[in-house]
Amino acid sequence: MDYLDHLEAEAISILREVAGQFEKPALLFSGGKDSITLVHLAKKAFRPGKFPFPLVHIDTGHNFSETITFRDNLIEELGERLIVGNVQDAIDQGKVVEQKGKNASRNPLQTVTLLETIEQNGFDACIGGARRDEEKARAKERIFSVRDEFGQWDPKRQRPELWNIFNGKIQKGENVRVFPISNWTELDVWNYIKRENIEIPSLYFAHERDCIYRNGQWMTADPSLNLDHEDKIERKQVRFRTIGDMTCTAAVESDKSDIDGVILEISQSRISERGARMDDKVSEAAMEDRKKGGYF
Amino acid sequence: MDILKFITAGSVDDGKSTLIGRLLYDTDSILEDQLEAIKSANRKNDDGTVDLAIITDGLKAEREQGITIDVAYKYFQTDKRKFIIADTPGHIQYTRNMVTGASGADLAIILIDARKGVIEQTIRHTFLVSLLNIQHVLVCVNKMDMVDYDQESFEKIKSDYLQFSNKLTIQNIEFIPVSALRGDNIVIKSRNMPWYDGPSLIHFLETVDVKPFATSGKGRFPVQWIVRPQTDELHDYRGYAGRIVGGSFKVGDKVAIMPSGFRSTITHIELNNEQKVDAEEGESVIIRLEDDIDISRGDLIVSAADIPEVTKDIEASICWMDLRPLDLSQTYLLQTNSKLSRVKIQDILHKVNINTLEEIPADTFSLNDIGKVRIRSADELVVDTYAENKATGGAILIDTRTNLTVGALMFS
Repeated sequence: MDYLDHLEAEAISILREVAGQFEKPALLFSGGKDSITLVHLAKKAFRPGKFPFPLVHIDTGHNFSETITFRDNLIEELGERLIVGNVQDAIDQGKVVEQKGKNASRNPLQTVTLLETIEQNGFDACIGGARRDEEKARAKERIFSVRDEFGQWDPKRQRPELWNIFNGKIQKGENVRVFPISNWTELDVWNYIKRENIEIPSLYFAHERDCIYRNGQWMTADPSLNLDHEDKIERKQVRFRTIGDMTCTAAVESDKSDIDGVILEISQSRISERGARMDDKVSEAAMEDRKKGGYF
Repeated sequence: MDILKFITAGSVDDGKSTLIGRLLYDTDSILEDQLEAIKSANRKNDDGTVDLAIITDGLKAEREQGITIDVAYKYFQTDKRKFIIADTPGHIQYTRNMVTGASGADLAIILIDARKGVIEQTIRHTFLVSLLNIQHVLVCVNKMDMVDYDQESFEKIKSDYLQFSNKLTIQNIEFIPVSALRGDNIVIKSRNMPWYDGPSLIHFLETVDVKPFATSGKGRFPVQWIVRPQTDELHDYRGYAGRIVGGSFKVGDKVAIMPSGFRSTITHIELNNEQKVDAEEGESVIIRLEDDIDISRGDLIVSAADIPEVTKDIEASICWMDLRPLDLSQTYLLQTNSKLSRVKIQDILHKVNINTLEEIPADTFSLNDIGKVRIRSADELVVDTYAENKATGGAILIDTRTNLTVGALMFS
């Protein structure tokens, strides 16, 4: 078996364990390439049957319009169920307070909406597209990662995970985050997208965009970034290597407009994928701290 | 291109994390922003060079204490192969984490400090590797720079190691003298050790063939999920979804459904509506059968020519993984690939002193203890020996009060 066959078979098997072990699982869908890959793997795991879970999107309200259009088209084509949790609702209800100033982002507020959506729907397992190669705290997380009733990850109390046996037993109120593509690298995902001819949003390919230069990165010139007179808007040819919401995802200058070009660019890049994520730059343990607080 | 999964084991100061850091660094697998983060982390070696060990220590507590607590997975590739490293802790109190890392590995790298030679921990790590049935061991004699690249020291360690490992059942053992700190024999053959004519570490990892000594070729397919679309056009469709964990299957094969023992014939092997003629070990597929039989999650579809054992009583090697000791009066859950059964530990046959490999009598098992037990199950278990097949011969024990994974079992 080729390595992509191996990774695919492992991920399918994990998805089927989720279906078999849990009563109310969900697939967390962000509209990025990793969760799109998960959806493709779910088709392989369960077709010609229906997915045994809905797709759940936590929408910060600052998403790229391309992401939302892509999401809606995909759901239509799949014929599966979508549940959307809106961060805007939590803000309107006064449950969370928006950050102010130029570097404000709704990214940290997502956790509140995520936990609320999990609780309201009674989800006992949430499948996500996180990979261990992305970040050093993620490199330590299990494939079945048990979270307490506050959604918290406790890295010191992780269950041993042996062979391909996944212990999904939990108490009421707890839930499990499941990461079927834990063992994939960024390049594996791209090579798989190419091999399987999976459609992805146009944001991943070179296009012209109004940008501003902030903290050493090209960001989308969008009102959600609280633009002011100091921000000089420039038209740039860019693409996105990772897609979160507009306030935390930086673009890279690129002329690569097809998948072969993108794969070439990534394999030659000397900067890691999370290097374009402002949310990881807060501190050395930014990801570990967020995960302990219930983040995905 | 294929994937090689390996673990690295060694005691605290053997330089294990440094070795991994070196492998990643010398194969160009650390990117600029990650290297920046390492440099700015302000942890330096005595001579002022960057401490590569910090790459694998992902948790705050680990960076604070300078030790590895939990398994960290790292990924890198060369032109020849992709690699997944499970970096496992060396401390005796993290034995269970080492067992966890070793359960998924094809090969183990065991580090020995050239100045210290074979010590208790070396014996313990090697025993665990053999217990988990890893058949390829690469002994890296590290810190050769600290013994002036002396051949005598290397040869002495080699013969000491072989003397005790003879008692175990590891098929393939190789030795390489290295300095992870200086990069000797990691990627490029060292000029400091002209007496060594073997491969560099990376060359060995790229070329070792781990296929031999893997699972026996008996057809094994645990059913994880039943696909039943129940639509108008697929009204009678029943597909059994799972992953082949042993041998291969093809359309037309005679199979048995375990534990019931019913016989049938494979009519379809498919995935995502694509039909296949056959499928081999490692593949996730859907299998459909000629007869309408009652099959549920946890049942095993096996090749009719190789029926596994069905039993309620079984002996197993055990590694205890919980702070609470084993309670002989309690009922536990035994989980195999996709099946849960209620079990009791009937008898403790012995405990192993993992530093001397002596078998000693015991009343219970505490955290990190290893030994052998006899198990009684409420339901019939369908099993192979662990030596024959890790998937159908391995299981975990779950404490029903805490839901924690408390033991690893290897059937004998």
